[in-house]
Amino acid sequence: MKRRSAFVLSALAFGYAFLYVPLASVIFYSFNDSRLATVWGGFSTRWYGELWGNDQVLDAAFLSLRIAVTSATLATVLGTLAGLALVRVTRFRGRTLFSAMITSPLVMPEVITGLSLLLLFVSLQQLVGWPAQRGFSTITIAHTTFSMAYVAVVVRSRLAAMDQSLEEAAMDLGGRPLRVLVDITLPLIYPAMLAGWLLAFTLSLDDLVIASFVSGPGSNTLPMYIFSKVKLGVTPDINALASLVILFVSAGVLLAWLVTRRGPGQPGRT
Amino acid sequence: MNGQAASNGDSASPDFIRIENLSKHFDDFVAVDSVSLSIARGELFSILGGSGCGKTTLLRMLAGFEVPTTGRIFIDGIDVTDLPPYERPVNMMFQSYAIFPHMTVESNIGYGLRKDRLPKSEIGSRVDQMLELVKLNDFRHRKPDQLSGGQRQRVALARALIKRPKVLLLDEPLAALDRKLREHTQFELMAIQDRLKITFIVVTHDQEEAMTLSTRIAVMEQGRFEQVGTPKQVYEYPCNRFVADFIGTINTFESRVVGCTDGVIEVESAEAGSHLHALTDKPIASGDSVSIALRPEKIFISQERPDAAEDTCLHGIVEDLGYFGNLSLYRIRLSTGKIVQVSAQNRRRSAERFLEWNDEVWISWQRQSAVVLTE
Repeated sequence: MKRRSAFVLSALAFGYAFLYVPLASVIFYSFNDSRLATVWGGFSTRWYGELWGNDQVLDAAFLSLRIAVTSATLATVLGTLAGLALVRVTRFRGRTLFSAMITSPLVMPEVITGLSLLLLFVSLQQLVGWPAQRGFSTITIAHTTFSMAYVAVVVRSRLAAMDQSLEEAAMDLGGRPLRVLVDITLPLIYPAMLAGWLLAFTLSLDDLVIASFVSGPGSNTLPMYIFSKVKLGVTPDINALASLVILFVSAGVLLAWLVTRRGPGQPGRT
Repeated sequence: MNGQAASNGDSASPDFIRIENLSKHFDDFVAVDSVSLSIARGELFSILGGSGCGKTTLLRMLAGFEVPTTGRIFIDGIDVTDLPPYERPVNMMFQSYAIFPHMTVESNIGYGLRKDRLPKSEIGSRVDQMLELVKLNDFRHRKPDQLSGGQRQRVALARALIKRPKVLLLDEPLAALDRKLREHTQFELMAIQDRLKITFIVVTHDQEEAMTLSTRIAVMEQGRFEQVGTPKQVYEYPCNRFVADFIGTINTFESRVVGCTDGVIEVESAEAGSHLHALTDKPIASGDSVSIALRPEKIFISQERPDAAEDTCLHGIVEDLGYFGNLSLYRIRLSTGKIVQVSAQNRRRSAERFLEWNDEVWISWQRQSAVVLTE
C-alpha cells in the first residue's frame, strides 16, 4: 500500500475541521449547564427541556415544518413535470433557453428572489386582493418557486440517464403515453423525485432570507426565530435548538443520499 | 377500411407490407430517401447497411416512433402511417433490449397483454407458452439485472412476440451477444420464426448475420436501397460496386471493353495485364469502361499453370498469407503490381504450408465466375 503524504492528510484534516468544528461547538455548548453560552458550566440537558416549554419556538418549528412539507411536495410535482418536459418532449422552440432558465433560481441571490417575490405579492394584493395577509401561503409559494428548480435539475439528470427505448418499448407493447408514464417512467425516476423532495424540504427548512421578505406579522419560521433571538445575544437554548436543526437536516440529507443510491434499476446493488 | 378483405388467407401476396416512397428528413439531413418496398407474409427480411445509412430510421418509422416526412406504410392492407406505436399490429425488439428493470421476467413478458386488458388466466397461460418457447421457465421470477446477455435477449424476444404481432421488427438483435452465442441464437431465431409464421424485419450491420438469417436482403446506403434480393442474388450478382464491396470481399479489375459477342465480353485490363472474359446480360458496347469483379473463393491457386482453355490465368507471387484454420487467405501480387485476394480451403491436414511467402503461383478462374460491374 502506498503511504499517504503528511501534507495531504493534514490538508484533509484542516478542511474537515473548517467545515465541522463550528457545528460541533454548537452541539457541544448545547449541553452546557451555564447560563452564559460560551462559558462551560458542566453537562446538562436542561436547555432541551426548556425548548419544549417554549411556545414561540414550538409555533415557529411547526410553521417551518408545514411550509417545508407543503412546498417540497408542490416543488416535486412541478419540478418533475418541468424535468419531463425538458428531457422527453422532443425539440420544441426555445428548449435550450428553457433548460438554462430552469437553473437560474439556483444561482440567483436570495435577496433578489425574496425582493422580487415580495413585490409580486404586494402588487397581487393591490390588484386582486390576494394574498390578504402574508404568512404560510406566501412563504410556501416562495419556497416552491426556488426549490422546484432543484427538483427539476435532479429529475432531469436521472431522466437523461434513463434509456429512452424503455418508454418506447412500453408504447410499442400497447401502453398509451399516460400509462407509460405511470408504468415505466415514474417507477424509474422515483428515487430522483424522492431525493428532490428531501432536498426541497431541507432547503425550505433552512431558508431565512426569502422567508423574511415574504412573511407577514406573526408568522415566524424557525430560522427567523433563531435569527431574531441571536440579535439579542446568544442564549444556550438557541444552541440546543440549532443542534436539533442540524440533526434533522443531516438525517434528511443522509436519507436523500441513500434513496438515490439504492434506486431500482441501478446497477451495483451490493 | 379495406384491411380485412386483404388479410384473409392471402398468404402468397407479396404486398403484406408495402412501403411507398417513404422519406424522413431531420432538418436538412435526409435519413431515408424515398424508399419503396414490398415484403411478403412470413418473410425474414433484412435491412443491411453501415451506421448512419438510415436503416434504423426506417425501422422506427415502421414501428411508429418516427413520423415519415413523405410516403405511406401499409401493413396487411391497412394504412398505418398515421397510427401511433400502441395501435400498430407491430412489435419491436430493441437493440438495447429495453427490458423494464423494475419488473420480473414474467411481468416484462406479460406487459403487452396486460395493456390489452386480457383476462388474468389467459395472460398467465400465454406467458407460460412464451417462457417455454424461449426456455426461460426457471427464470420467471428473476429481475433483469440477474440475467445474462443471452437471457435478456430472449426476454426481449418473448415480450415482443407475446402479442402475436403481424410483423416483428428486430433492431440489431444479435449485436450484443458474443460470437458463439450469436451463431446459436441465429438458428434459434430462424426456428422460432418458422414456427410462429410471423413476418420478421431485421436491421443489421452484420452481413454474415443477414446472409444466414434472411429470405431477402435490402442493402441500404445513404437512405436508399442499393439492391434488394435473396442472399444469393446479392452475393453472387451484386448490382454495383458498393454492394459488391459491402457484402464480403471482392477483387476488381478496372477494364475497357474490346469485344462483345453472345453475352460474352472481352475486356482489356491494365491492372490484370491481360485480356479477360466475362459473361453479362447488361447492354455493353466496345469502348465502355467496366469493372471485372471476382470473389476470393472463386479463384483457384496453383503452382503449375492450369491447362483449361476456358479459364483466365494470371501469374503472380505470394505477397502475404493468413491461416484461419478452415481456410487460408492469400494476397497475390501480379506482375502489374495489382494485389489479388484469394481464399482456399485447407483440405489436406498438414503441419506444413502448401505455399510460402514469395512463392510463384498461378491464379485462375472460370469466366462465368466474374461479375461485370458497370458503375
